[in-house]
Amino acid sequence: MARVVVDVMLKPEILDPQGQAVANALPRLGISDVSSVRIGRRIEIEFTGAADPERVREIADKLLANPVIEDFTIQEVAEDAVPAGEPS
Amino acid sequence: MSARIGVVTFPGSLDDGDAARAVRVAGGEAVRLWHGDSDLHGVDAVVLPGGFSYGDYLRTGAIARFAPVMESIIDGARGGLPVLGICNGFQILCEAHLLPGALTRNSHLHFRNRDQWLRVDAASTAWTNSFEADQEILVPLKSGEGRYVADRATLDALAAENRIVATYLRGNPNGSERDIAGVTNEAGNVVGLMPHPEHAIEALTGPSLDGLGFFTSILKHLAGASA
Repeated sequence: MARVVVDVMLKPEILDPQGQAVANALPRLGISDVSSVRIGRRIEIEFTGAADPERVREIADKLLANPVIEDFTIQEVAEDAVPAGEPS
Repeated sequence: MSARIGVVTFPGSLDDGDAARAVRVAGGEAVRLWHGDSDLHGVDAVVLPGGFSYGDYLRTGAIARFAPVMESIIDGARGGLPVLGICNGFQILCEAHLLPGALTRNSHLHFRNRDQWLRVDAASTAWTNSFEADQEILVPLKSGEGRYVADRATLDALAAENRIVATYLRGNPNGSERDIAGVTNEAGNVVGLMPHPEHAIEALTGPSLDGLGFFTSILKHLAGASA
């Protein structure tokens, strides 16, 4: 079993109004030294066997990201890696 | 025999009923198409209606683009089949790369629901030939992800080739690049439009009858093609 993480981000030149809204909320937490926030999406894929990098690339390029407006990165992680957000 | 216009229903489509009704009011025969059926049942043109196909999961239109019916529509569109995508249908056509660019979250993050003035910039497409060039029309707009974006080269090419079908007038409702409300492909058979002409075909429910022009256009186009 292989676990692959695909991170999808809007291209730098595409306006991210959600990120701007978050950045604009930060002063309410007393944080004033943030100049930019951009929001993306993290997708974790588990394969029953080994992960073929070419097929992962195809999945990311054709479905997970829209290459017109988004970039993606692919990362294979260890089987027993703790998913982001879960306490260890 | 009247032209047969297919109207696709995806899980989450909302405006398929109104689109089919607009086809009938214009004088065509509406043929309901199901997302899971790749057979287009011999229709002469297709409308992809508005709504929230597949709950807008991942990105608007991203999953609908892989529906069995879309494989046939993509093949057909590349061969000249006229296709009109309205709102979510426009998003699906961009995801399918039948139209350039993409539709993203409104710049102000608010859903916009209002009657919207448009200018029909390209009155030469299969779906707009009933309009005068630069005609101003009023149709409802209702979308949260209607901001059209594309890279500068694409935007310049769209403008130079008269492929911007319609632009917003009296205020850009969503931050669309160059006030773009609709675009067409190089051949002019595929049109995507963010506002909803199918809601402006009868005085009882619409702000105008202007939307009917898109549906009479395709009937005129098909009558010319078969003559």
